Amino acid sequence: MLVYLLRRIAQSVFVALAMMVIVFFGIYMVGNPIDILISPDATPAEIEETMARFGFDQPVWRQFLSFLGNVVQGDLGRSFVHGEPAVGLILHYMPATLELAALGLVFSVLIGVPLGVYAGYKADRWQGRAIMTGSIFGFSLPNFWVGMLLILIFAVELRWLPSTGRGDTVEVLGMRLSIFAPGGLQYMILPALTLALYKASLVTRLARAGTQEALMQDYVKFARAKGLSETRILCVHVLKNIMIPIITVLGLELGSMIAFAVVTETVFAWPGMGKLLIDSILTLDRPVIVAYLMMTVLIFITINLIVDVVYTLLDPRVRLSGAGS
Amino acid sequence: MKRSYLRLAAVAATAALTSMPAVAQELRIGVASEPSSADPHFHNLGPNNQLRRNIFQSLVGTDEQQKLYPQLAESWRPLDDTRWEFNLRKGVKFSDGSDFDAYDVVYSVCRIPGVPDSPSLFTTYTKAVKDFEVSDPHTLIVHTKEPYPLLPTEFSTWGIISAKANGIDGAAIKFSPEGCGDLAYPATQAFNDGSAAIGTGPFLLQSFRRGEGVELVRNPDYWGAPAPWEKVTMKPLTSAGPRVAALFAGDVDMIENPPLQDLDRVRQQDNLQVVQGISNRAIYIHLDHAQEPSPMIRDTDGKNPLKDVRVREALSIAINRDAIVDRIMGGVAVAAGELLPAGMFGAHEEGEMLPPAFNAERAKTLLAEAGYPNGFGITIGTPNDRYINDAQVAQAVAQMWARIGINTEIDASTGSTFFSRRNAFEFSAYLAGWGAGTGEMSSPLKALLATPDKARGFGGTNRGQYSNKAMDDLLATALQTVDDAKRQDLLREASRVAMADWAIIPLHFEVTPWAMTTSLNYPPRVDQYTLPYDIKPAK
Repeated sequence: MLVYLLRRIAQSVFVALAMMVIVFFGIYMVGNPIDILISPDATPAEIEETMARFGFDQPVWRQFLSFLGNVVQGDLGRSFVHGEPAVGLILHYMPATLELAALGLVFSVLIGVPLGVYAGYKADRWQGRAIMTGSIFGFSLPNFWVGMLLILIFAVELRWLPSTGRGDTVEVLGMRLSIFAPGGLQYMILPALTLALYKASLVTRLARAGTQEALMQDYVKFARAKGLSETRILCVHVLKNIMIPIITVLGLELGSMIAFAVVTETVFAWPGMGKLLIDSILTLDRPVIVAYLMMTVLIFITINLIVDVVYTLLDPRVRLSGAGS
Repeated sequence: MKRSYLRLAAVAATAALTSMPAVAQELRIGVASEPSSADPHFHNLGPNNQLRRNIFQSLVGTDEQQKLYPQLAESWRPLDDTRWEFNLRKGVKFSDGSDFDAYDVVYSVCRIPGVPDSPSLFTTYTKAVKDFEVSDPHTLIVHTKEPYPLLPTEFSTWGIISAKANGIDGAAIKFSPEGCGDLAYPATQAFNDGSAAIGTGPFLLQSFRRGEGVELVRNPDYWGAPAPWEKVTMKPLTSAGPRVAALFAGDVDMIENPPLQDLDRVRQQDNLQVVQGISNRAIYIHLDHAQEPSPMIRDTDGKNPLKDVRVREALSIAINRDAIVDRIMGGVAVAAGELLPAGMFGAHEEGEMLPPAFNAERAKTLLAEAGYPNGFGITIGTPNDRYINDAQVAQAVAQMWARIGINTEIDASTGSTFFSRRNAFEFSAYLAGWGAGTGEMSSPLKALLATPDKARGFGGTNRGQYSNKAMDDLLATALQTVDDAKRQDLLREASRVAMADWAIIPLHFEVTPWAMTTSLNYPPRVDQYTLPYDIKPAK
């Protein structure tokens, strides 16, 4: 286990470093941030002074080296636009994204697992086929379109839910969350549903395939022979056995949900990290973009690690070994 | 019995509902872009300046036409060529209760050059100041290095913070343009968390939350007429679709910049309306006057045809501006004949400076005379996310140029890429816009057409490298002429000289739309700001 962990950490450091180099030079090539940041009324002398203050007048390799020097000391730099530490800025936006992803995950499990198990149980009937056909929509409809449609139906026409933004928040463990605030949850439903739709169809398909396979296993036959009710067979025995692939996929998808909820966050003006990323790209706010993507790498690695550990808990036959994986 | 209770409840509810507008004095605005800080001196950027005006005021205010009016200064006048006297308003208090006086102005100007990590300082608007003289706490005399007519205008662009609230004895400040010694200033962070957000404005900052918006509450001790709103929230809804949806859903009462294609839908709603007004932003095409060969000119054997005034005229009159305004801009724009709309300072009166008339035949003749009977090839660079329908406008121009035999292509890219490439002189012709921050003709002329000159601060955005000594001289004289009438004449003449030389191709002035409920009134502003103080409940 220890060897395994160490190896994982070494891998992540390498990935993070590579990411840093690619992003730094990539953003540098897009353009000079000063052209976006400074007021058009600024005089040439002021432009020069500001460039010197931010180090934009230096050759790119020197800018990179000084950035690298700061990273080694644990400083990912300050946002050009906000003048605040990039990491602090990301942490400010992070709770909103985390809670949205968490709710999205809950929705996708709550929607996907029952539908999938049912579709697997009734695989050859019209119910099963209908669910599978429906799940195709979940895959194929673009996120922003679904989001706009949900807004149109539930916010503009029916006026049941607010269209955009974030509602009230309460402080929980130092994070400002709206999931626990009375006036906050209603703002999360539409964006979380939008996020969940694709994952839910994924879960549906996985659960269906798993259920179909499990139903043919001997233990199901035994259970039926023993006289257990179909409900108990499905909800206890089958469910337990099909959860491993679902958790794997959801674990990976949670990472992408957190890191790339950009579209959903933009459509719903949800003040999460994705929105920060988009704004930072548009303003060439390099420190924030680099820090964000490094953080993304970190999140993916952590989640994979957790998924691996959860395996061992769900299925004692899986062992984490330094040599094996 | 039960029924009568119900009826009573219903009556009470109706009464409560009808009295809502008077009680629920909350205004919710969906803004198109977000301020980067609540610090009034941190970032000289539209959204920041818009927020600043609610909380921190200036000596001089600008109205919806960008005309100056007395704000914290009751009056001002030039004493001689290099001295201005401002008589400050008495009885004005900051929101912490301290009195406003001339030392606060000095303190604010002291802070401006040294705001840490500022991406765009306000020194642009304070660098003219050589010294301050406080003859009494409510009389401020400003010394400038040279005659500087724009001083009151520039004094309208930055907000005043309190010296006393920051523990500074104003009388002890030793002003110098290079810095005022070891003064303590509030940190940018202190403005963002609200602790230093102490101003004289009609609103107080209740919260500034990145991504979520700004909450303002009425300043109960405001020196002027109290703000019409108890509370104002400004939510950043940066993409246009969701912004309109939020208005339709009733989640906000007003939005900035509704997309042009949605204006009709807004107007069709009984409870919604569109308010629009011309802006100070001219959309233009700038041409490369200097490079030879020019990077994006084809089929001329290395020659730069844009140096020929006949070619420039041909390019300008080949454009049917009315068609662009009508078809591309949906009528929400005004064709331009110079760089500032009629009625603003230094612009010509309505009808005096008409947009060049569309004449494709004459354009072809001019091209032939200039030695290009078969035209040439050119690429127009344009941003595609910066101005209203920018890339589509460039596309339309390309088609019009193609009709006179100029093989025109479009190179559209996102703002961050476009502006860097433009500033590196990569384009032979590019579409961009200029909003006159000071509201007078000197702003576009100085930035876009004056010969680049670092010492004078000329030509900062003159990426076509146009140079015309006659216009430079007129502009330089105007910028040192304190007499308003004379300055206006000089600026008009400078504009005429540039336009007669076809120095630049003005296309149109943007018209700024706002969409809001019919229960609101807002006078459209040429500077495109959305200021809650001026949003009034309709009677």
